[in-house]
Amino acid sequence: MSQHPTTYVPKSAFGQWFESRLPIAGLIHSSFIAFPVPRNLTYFWTFGAILVFMLVAQIVTGVFLAMYYTPNADMAFQSVEHIMRDVNYGWLIRYLHANGASMFFIAVYIHIFRNFYYGSYKAPREVLYILGVIIFILMMATAFMGYVLPWGQMSFWGATVITNLFSAIPLVGETIVSYLWGGYSVGNPTLNRFFSLHYLLPFMIAGVVVLHIWALHVPGQNNPTGIPIKSGKDAVPFTPYATIKDIFAVVVFLIFFAYWVFYIPNYLGHADNYIPANPAVTPAHIVPEWYFLPFYAILRAIPDKLGGVIAMFAAIVIWVFMPWLDTSKVRSTAYRPLYKQFFWVFVGVCLVLGWLGSRPAEGWYVIASQICTVYYFAHFLIVLPVLGFVERPLPLPNSILESVMGVQKGGAGMPAGANAEPQSKG
Amino acid sequence: MAETTTHVAEPTRRDFLYIATGAAAAIGGATLVWPFVQSLAPDAATVAAGAPVEVDLAPIAEGQIVKVFWRGKLIFIRHRTPDEIKAAADVNVASLRDPQPDAARVKEGKAQWLVVYGNCTHLGCVPLGNSGEYNGWFCPCHGSVFDTSGRVRGGPAPINLPIPPYAFASDTKVIIGQEATA
Repeated sequence: MSQHPTTYVPKSAFGQWFESRLPIAGLIHSSFIAFPVPRNLTYFWTFGAILVFMLVAQIVTGVFLAMYYTPNADMAFQSVEHIMRDVNYGWLIRYLHANGASMFFIAVYIHIFRNFYYGSYKAPREVLYILGVIIFILMMATAFMGYVLPWGQMSFWGATVITNLFSAIPLVGETIVSYLWGGYSVGNPTLNRFFSLHYLLPFMIAGVVVLHIWALHVPGQNNPTGIPIKSGKDAVPFTPYATIKDIFAVVVFLIFFAYWVFYIPNYLGHADNYIPANPAVTPAHIVPEWYFLPFYAILRAIPDKLGGVIAMFAAIVIWVFMPWLDTSKVRSTAYRPLYKQFFWVFVGVCLVLGWLGSRPAEGWYVIASQICTVYYFAHFLIVLPVLGFVERPLPLPNSILESVMGVQKGGAGMPAGANAEPQSKG
Repeated sequence: MAETTTHVAEPTRRDFLYIATGAAAAIGGATLVWPFVQSLAPDAATVAAGAPVEVDLAPIAEGQIVKVFWRGKLIFIRHRTPDEIKAAADVNVASLRDPQPDAARVKEGKAQWLVVYGNCTHLGCVPLGNSGEYNGWFCPCHGSVFDTSGRVRGGPAPINLPIPPYAFASDTKVIIGQEATA
């Protein structure tokens, strides 16, 4: 890594004066300019940058929406319609924010499954990974509370169903729920506090994201081979290589995002949420937003209230233990022929669970949900621990460079273009 | 500092001060949390708005289910038909998930009036009246089934629809939120 300087000396006199008092330019230089990045990263590694972009986009659009929104049970619905009809470009800001949440989750699911596939959660990245799980849980809480704010039918009944999950806790459940509501049912106090927390949580996410990136920069990024950077030839400097690639990926993602916003802005929402909240009538078919559906299916699969709630939360919490449940020494699934099949079965099960979550809770849907729920947990509790012992992994390449350029004859035979890259940028 | 603590076996005045300061900070911190947690609870205005409500039963026809609110909570008042009462009474109580005879869920001599909370005991959705296998209620959210006594007969709901406190002021008037005095 000697080819990537980590010592930064500002050129200007002011820069040196400032750097000796607050070395922030040096921190940025070592983290985002000189930082060594594996040369074989694919576009799956751009989703971290996409997620940072989406977090900023949600905060910016959200701050503007908060200027026009009224967190009061009698006025919230009207104020959202006011944003849609009267506020200049209010429709755009709201559609960006509402669809932005879905885009955020699309990106985070790709990011999570990339991590699962390439074993990024394994040592030495366990803390980095667990911080990611915490971010995901905070994202779910934020998204849920945000969906309550328009105070439509789905908002109201979504809030009722989710807050009632806590009533499953023995003895203190009912008290906890009345403390969540600030009343005897979901009402104005509930809306007020959800608005307050919906504004707070993104900044807590931003804080954990800083820790997540910090923890990433200790071991560096994983890569498609799963083997670490062994020499400077395995890596390229973050700038320009990763910077430009990330920006390009964000632009492509924005085109995808824009399609939803401008062509099908309500596709991912529910028509029922354009009906003002009515505590006397539940929508005929109540479903959460698409990104909660797999967990919702697990909740409904268990024919017991407390059991369902525990299973749903366990489905996420079990991720935390993955670094220790997976006994294989090989990180990347590319070298694990048996696990590769189980991985795709697991992806399929998650997608089927998502679909089942959107179906009514009756007939064979319930049985299918139960089978998928059992498999979901078996993946973590049986497949991951056992495969590490029985699987014979494919031979790993000696280095990242070898995986990209093929095995070199002798030590010195570098293609001219390859070893020129790191030095060509200062 | 290190020397003082390693050589002296007896606790020092400094040890005492550490513990006392730490305890004061911990108790002080915990005490300060209390008002913030309590502020989340239903406030005085909400509690005051939860006073009992009077409902006139005269306009409720036989077979009809009326929805009223008490403390922001939905309540069903069902004027049961003789068939519905019979169906509710003829159940083998021991076979129920939450065993309760129909007689224990209505006021004596007023078996035609069933008064129950209107939110499913699973996750709080509003079940649809006169539907489901037992023609009681069916919850569209997660498929819980209730009979004409509001007892859970299927689906994920753990207990029967609870009975709110109520009393008959006369034959055609109930006060919901008030316990029977007689």
